[in-house]
Amino acid sequence: MIWQIELIILVLVVLFGIGALAVKDLLSAAILFGAYSFMLCLLWAIMGAVDVAFTEASVGAGISTVLFVAAVLRTTRRTDD
Amino acid sequence: MRITGLILILLLGGLLIYGALDFPIWGDPQSPASNHLSPYYIEHTMTDTSVPNVVTSVLADYRGYDTMFETVVIFTAGIVSFFLLRIFKKAVPESRLYRHIPTGVTLRIEKGGKVPDESNHFERIDSVWIPYDLVIRTTCRMIIPFIQIFALYVIAHGHHSPGGGFQGGVIFGASVVLFAIGFNLRQAIKQLGEKFVTFMCALGVSIYAGTGIFCVLMKSKYLDYSALAALFGTDPVTARSHGILIVEIGVGIAVMAAMIMLYYNLASAGKHDEGL
Repeated sequence: MIWQIELIILVLVVLFGIGALAVKDLLSAAILFGAYSFMLCLLWAIMGAVDVAFTEASVGAGISTVLFVAAVLRTTRRTDD
Repeated sequence: MRITGLILILLLGGLLIYGALDFPIWGDPQSPASNHLSPYYIEHTMTDTSVPNVVTSVLADYRGYDTMFETVVIFTAGIVSFFLLRIFKKAVPESRLYRHIPTGVTLRIEKGGKVPDESNHFERIDSVWIPYDLVIRTTCRMIIPFIQIFALYVIAHGHHSPGGGFQGGVIFGASVVLFAIGFNLRQAIKQLGEKFVTFMCALGVSIYAGTGIFCVLMKSKYLDYSALAALFGTDPVTARSHGILIVEIGVGIAVMAAMIMLYYNLASAGKHDEGL
């Protein structure tokens, strides 16, 4: 695999992870978490774990983002800390 | 409080990283897993189970107990969302919105007003007003059958390609969630009722556990699918492949139902009335 692409994706995973924790708006945090999952899915695919990548794409990036958005809609968009 | 939490997290994270240092390095050919375990699976999968995808055979056959209790965890998540969030008390809302379908006029009916019956002329819409969008509805209507066919393909073709019960179940659940978003939650619940979904969730786990019990009844070990050879009329190796398929279908049903249950309860805050 081309290591430059791998490095870019790895940096993006870390950036999205920190962003999802740091951002004040919970809806943005949910979307950033979806982006984090998607980048992680690409990383699994690069490492040859296609089954794990498939699960990560469907569960992490797909349905859990929807569930997070639904939970944010029914609670609050602002976080206290 | 924040400082305490930070110190605790740094401590536990440090402990985790310290523990992870003892792992063999990634792809190390001398590690125990690469020496005994992985070569056995890679060399014996075809002769043992006749499943080309090693991941599927490890998941559902060699490590069958693990996957069964993962399914139980998913089932528990669905049940917990029901017990924590579900509200049965029907509070009469302040006002309700209805759309007159032939003209597209939106009606607001105050508390105590006469509510039109659900007919072909009136359609109830959510209080968070959403404009009637023909494009979204038509796209959903066209795309949902293909998503569901793909989900079934992922479950059925898990022996030969990436995929299996978990992924297929999640994709099937996502198609129902898409229906609930594109149309509305009440219509989705009318199609797939709460009782039906809960029953399906329990049924999926029962299929998995029941297959294991059936193997015991056929005088073999729990989840040893080669005992099913007499039932299918095939040799024990093919029977293991068929057993994996049955178990994957059970996992798929349980995961699909659990995802739908989670969505129903989270999106409507347990009221099952107005959703996302």
